[in-house]
Amino acid sequence: MNANVETHAIDLASSSVRELNSALHALKEGSNASLWRIANPRGLHSIAAGLDAPVTVEVDGPVGYYCGGMNKQATVIVRGAAGVGVGENMMSGLVHVEGDASQAAGATAHGGTLLIEGNAAARCGISMKGVDIIVKGSVGHMSAFMAQSGSMVVFGDAGEALGDSIYEARLYVRGSVTSLGADCIEKELRDEHKKELFERFKTAGVSGQIDPSEFKRYGSGRTLYHFHVDNASAY
Amino acid sequence: MNEHTKPPAIPATLPRESATFDAYTMSEIRRAAATGIYDIRGAGAKRKVPHFDDLLFLGASISRYPLEGYREKCGTDVVLGTRFAKKPIELKTPVTIAGMSFGSLSGPAKEALGRGATAMGTSTTTGDGGMTQEERGHSKTLVYQYLPSRYGMNPDDIRKADAIEVVVGQGAKPGGGGMLLGQKISKRVAGMRNLPEGIDQRSACRHPDWTGPDDLEIKIEELREITDWEKPIYVKVGAARPYYDTALAVKAGADVVVVDGMQGGTAATQEVFIEHVGIPTLAAIRNAVRALQDLGMHRKVQLIVSGGIRNGADVAKALALGADAVAIGTAALIALGDNDPSLDEEYRKLGSRAGAYDDWHEGRDPAGITTQDPELMKRLDPEKAGRRLANFLAVMTLEAQTIARACGKSHVHNLEPEDLVALTIEAAAMAQVPIAGTDWVPGVGGRF
Repeated sequence: MNANVETHAIDLASSSVRELNSALHALKEGSNASLWRIANPRGLHSIAAGLDAPVTVEVDGPVGYYCGGMNKQATVIVRGAAGVGVGENMMSGLVHVEGDASQAAGATAHGGTLLIEGNAAARCGISMKGVDIIVKGSVGHMSAFMAQSGSMVVFGDAGEALGDSIYEARLYVRGSVTSLGADCIEKELRDEHKKELFERFKTAGVSGQIDPSEFKRYGSGRTLYHFHVDNASAY
Repeated sequence: MNEHTKPPAIPATLPRESATFDAYTMSEIRRAAATGIYDIRGAGAKRKVPHFDDLLFLGASISRYPLEGYREKCGTDVVLGTRFAKKPIELKTPVTIAGMSFGSLSGPAKEALGRGATAMGTSTTTGDGGMTQEERGHSKTLVYQYLPSRYGMNPDDIRKADAIEVVVGQGAKPGGGGMLLGQKISKRVAGMRNLPEGIDQRSACRHPDWTGPDDLEIKIEELREITDWEKPIYVKVGAARPYYDTALAVKAGADVVVVDGMQGGTAATQEVFIEHVGIPTLAAIRNAVRALQDLGMHRKVQLIVSGGIRNGADVAKALALGADAVAIGTAALIALGDNDPSLDEEYRKLGSRAGAYDDWHEGRDPAGITTQDPELMKRLDPEKAGRRLANFLAVMTLEAQTIARACGKSHVHNLEPEDLVALTIEAAAMAQVPIAGTDWVPGVGGRF
């Protein structure tokens, strides 16, 4: 840790989430208050939501819904499990969950990286719009539902209906896929995709430990891009 | 054969069209049989349903004295978001502009809505497709819709907004998502929605990261946290179960509840959905108000009603039934120039006619409003169209004041159900006011 980094400690047993977020929102670009340690999160909701500064927030324990929601620039580290919608609609920065994540992790996120060390529940990456999601465990059913763009790398397995009604997001799964959703198909894993996987491995801290060829790539069959009655049974 | 041997002529019956299989119904059967695709169109329910026209104001009498027009003040201002927001919205007229997306509407149309609303001191609302510079730049007060698709949703625009409207549903299609066909997905629209250009785009019907009222409460809290509790948060529902939806929205922490009846317009939805799902605006208001009253929140959580508001009388009736404000969509588009008779020939080339054109999803609107075609959208002058909207809003406000003064009210919010009677049993039951000339209120005392 850089000795010059100013460190703040906030204990959510004595301070409110409102006080925490208010202090974090007051930070501006170039602020030297760049490391915040949050104790006793106890599953509280909306911790570190709406940040817009290059700070690091370390949350020491489990968080509730929408931790790191709409994040820009910040690095939010959760040393525990995360509730529904962790990193929802994030634009940039990093949200890193060291435990498992509940449903709708990274929902509609436009950018940045969501790294989940454990498993993610149903609808991980639902309507994702450009975020890079890395799940070291498995993802639940309907993950990447209507996923528009960005990438999702799953080291474990994926549940039913992966990538249902997917648009242009790129999905990579190393383990089994229970079933693919409407218009989601397996695609060739080309060099450009292996390169992308190498980048994600770097972010996940597992460079050189995994062969990207172990992953299968999934994406849109693009057969539902224009409505046609003969496809009605696919919906 | 001579005249005397010719058999007498048998009187013929006139050709008889079926009331059940009328010309429109038969044309729809033929269209469906030919294409295999359901009919998609814009606008709201076109069938006749009980509406504000079925209500009358009683006006003043010996026991109620009126106020002088042009002399005695009749306030029209409204403050929205007084429950939790640090910065409530203050409007000069209770007539607001409903959410309509950039994508379904052209950039100049969105600009015109902003100009007209701003000139009259009221708010306009984004739609499913994000916030455009045209709209933010020309709208003094802009409500930013938070929709299931989250197209274009970002924290910078949320902070630029004056209020946030969490859209659960809309009157034209409670329970339905959106559909923007490929013709309207231009490069700019596609870019704002993170989608490939030219493909059919579906907007989700459910929010991706919350389900049910308990989650909604947490979601609203997150939006408040992100905006530092400054901005009013509205919850918009399509009129379906207005008593429970209003109560649940209040429970979830809404500052403002928006209830949109089935006459409320949409950019594009299945005809069968528009005409057969949801209830009329008139049937929704009293139940929404009753939910607020039961919770002790009437006038503390504001109620906005929309769906078929066309003039100052409709405004006054909605307020008398307990709404704090109304929102207009279709009427605003007509004020801008939609369905104008001067374009009749062009509408006919599209298989419609002025007054009936509703294929807004096809993007070929000759008025330049519901299109993304660069040539067509040039036809709408945003300054002139904005002026027309401002005029229309001014007239609606004056009309509502006229009625309020006639009922002896110094503010339009002082109108009350007691000022109203109904012309039909249906309207009386829905609005819970007596039939004119009687003291009979059908349906009161039954279950809701």
